[in-house]
Amino acid sequence: MKVTLNVNGASHWLDLDTRVTLLDALRDHLKLTGTKKGCDHGQCGACTVIAGGRRINSCLSLAALHDGDEITTVEGLSDDELSDLQSAFVAHDGMQCGYCTPGQICSALGMLGELSEGWPSHVSETLDGPVRPTREEIAERMSGNLCRCSCYPGINAAILETAEGS
Amino acid sequence: MRPFDLTRPEELSAACRDTNGENAAFIAGGTNLIDLMKLEVETPGHLTDISRLGLDGIETDAQGLRIGATVTNSDLAADTRVREGWPVLSRALLAGASGQLRNKATTGGNLLQRTRCPYFYDTDTACNKRAPGSGCAALKGEQRNHAILGTSDHCIALHPSDMAVAMRALDASVELCDAEGESRRVGLEKFYRLPGKTPERETHLRPGELITAVHLPKAGGDRQVYRKVRDRASYAFALVSVAAVLRMKGGRIAHAALAFGGLGTQPWRDPEVDALLEGETPSQALFDKAGEVLMRDAVVHEGTAFKVPLGKRVLTAVLKEVTA
Repeated sequence: MKVTLNVNGASHWLDLDTRVTLLDALRDHLKLTGTKKGCDHGQCGACTVIAGGRRINSCLSLAALHDGDEITTVEGLSDDELSDLQSAFVAHDGMQCGYCTPGQICSALGMLGELSEGWPSHVSETLDGPVRPTREEIAERMSGNLCRCSCYPGINAAILETAEGS
Repeated sequence: MRPFDLTRPEELSAACRDTNGENAAFIAGGTNLIDLMKLEVETPGHLTDISRLGLDGIETDAQGLRIGATVTNSDLAADTRVREGWPVLSRALLAGASGQLRNKATTGGNLLQRTRCPYFYDTDTACNKRAPGSGCAALKGEQRNHAILGTSDHCIALHPSDMAVAMRALDASVELCDAEGESRRVGLEKFYRLPGKTPERETHLRPGELITAVHLPKAGGDRQVYRKVRDRASYAFALVSVAAVLRMKGGRIAHAALAFGGLGTQPWRDPEVDALLEGETPSQALFDKAGEVLMRDAVVHEGTAFKVPLGKRVLTAVLKEVTA
């Protein structure tokens, strides 16, 4: 099946089996291996990318369903210098083995956008009030990203610092 | 994953025609279907992509709200009209899944998501829902995320949705469209089937029929609460959840609509519970009675016996909060 993916600003024309997930298209066909395959069932968040402006699990979507979509992967977040969010992950030791990190960072980026749009979360006291980045809000909103090294304190601090600085 | 064809029709009628065959399925968000296809629990030979049919709008009408079938769970939860007029729905959506999944999962797909019974997912075990007539491994297996209401000797699989629980308390109905272009409306209370001897048939959808929208009437109560109890604080299915939509008048309960997750083979609502509460003054004795009525036909197994006391306690806590 013919599929066009616009990844990190570049268009790619692919001819894929309908079964190819967005994750496998990125990793195996476009050789963008920054995005990681963890559980491959949408439970760990290692495969998180931004598609059409929203963070999603790329393992639970088919490439063919994203024909023409704009996709951002971790490779698209910086050129020579790290982005503020990436630098904060380094500064706060938001990783140990690093396998979940690209997914954490893409998820955090999408999540910060959701915060700025005023989306409430499960832990927000009211549905209509302003949402402020707090440790509790970030933990809830990042619950779709697991870190088996359990670097959550550093991950949370890095995201909180980025949210407060923006 | 088994091979399949995929079409991306641009019109609704074409989408329904493409999906008229037995081995065909609609796909929008795909967060549950693709997972099940990877495990070969679902093996459709044809998928019809309905994500670009323009079914992603939310409109206000004279009756209430019309939610397009492919509106994502995120967009629905964040919609200001929903947050103001149907807050129990926002709360239920935000209590479910993860941020990434809510960004992809759709309204229609959420209603039609399959159970998370581990034996349904494990193709090496018996499951009457997955392989009719093969038996039910859950009956003598590990039980926890299983139903105690509406079960049968053939299946104790739980309906996992949070969203649908809130929608039942809100008297939602689904709008359906078939390959001939015929459309019909079905109340959510008549949409799902009990498992009985055919747990593989979960709804009254006809072949090729597509959910095009969900209709929410104006809420029958201004007091709305969704409480979810689960094994971890976030990103877990409900052990028990309660959606409550209430209106108080002169110290009495004028309108009560209670719906339950984590307990039933379908998003559960019991008219006798609502009837018991209406017209009454809130009291612990009343809440206890409501719990007894809710659980009167519960069928428990070793692993699910905890849900009777837990369900009663969560119901009491919610009723206290919503009538205070």
